[in-house]
Amino acid sequence: MDFILNFLDVFLFFGLLVLGFSVGRWKERRHYKSIREREAKYANILAFAVRYPPDVVTPQDCQLVAGSVVISSDYFKQIVAGLRTLIGGKLSSYESLLDRARREATLRMKEQAQRFGATLVINVKVESTTVSGGTRRGLPAMEVIAYGTALKPRVSPTTQA
Amino acid sequence: MANALLQDNIMVANLEIVPGRRVRSHLGMVQGSTVRAKHAGKDFLAGLKNIVGGELKSYTELMQEARDEATRRMVEQAKSIGANAVLNVRYSATSITVGAAEILAYGTAVVME
Repeated sequence: MDFILNFLDVFLFFGLLVLGFSVGRWKERRHYKSIREREAKYANILAFAVRYPPDVVTPQDCQLVAGSVVISSDYFKQIVAGLRTLIGGKLSSYESLLDRARREATLRMKEQAQRFGATLVINVKVESTTVSGGTRRGLPAMEVIAYGTALKPRVSPTTQA
Repeated sequence: MANALLQDNIMVANLEIVPGRRVRSHLGMVQGSTVRAKHAGKDFLAGLKNIVGGELKSYTELMQEARDEATRRMVEQAKSIGANAVLNVRYSATSITVGAAEILAYGTAVVME
């Protein structure tokens, strides 16, 4: 009993590590699966980072569409990244995290574009911010926002498309 | 957000040129901002969520609300000076202190044909 109490923090640490690794991994896989599915679903909605609209004659209706997500890393990734910073180099655990966030934000933007009835989003900008504030153990949480202008040809009696 | 903006009859876009429509006059820059803080309880739950990682839904909602509010204020300002569109809209977010962030939306108010 004393042994357990003495090393409680060690057990807790490894417990969290294992929990973070297993659940975090499972959640990441599930998220990637859903991202891939939705990317296929919204493949018809095109998103471009071009600033100027394509040369079209028909008047277009446009609307700002945006998608955002706040994502946090799991305990395991946090520890691994912390160790990795000692020697520097590629932090692949965080790379996948931000990749997921960015794709998720883009997908949400496309979802909104579809609701508007558009199939084209231009001038897409992707931005990320830390929302953790570096409190306590410094929760590494990132907010990623993707926004752009959705264009759809205007349907009106004067312009016979 | 989207529906509210459409009802206001104000077009919001982050384009400089809108295809097929001409800008009649520029009315200068409009902006809207809001500062939001995290709910302590939600923050605690998010801290727990941090063990397993993934999306922090409460934060996503918080930021979304803040962005809607900032956009609404920007649109309000644009309306008050007689614009019917806001072009070249940008969003920016900054954390002010621990647990509080400012969301800013700004753009150019114009009158379109």
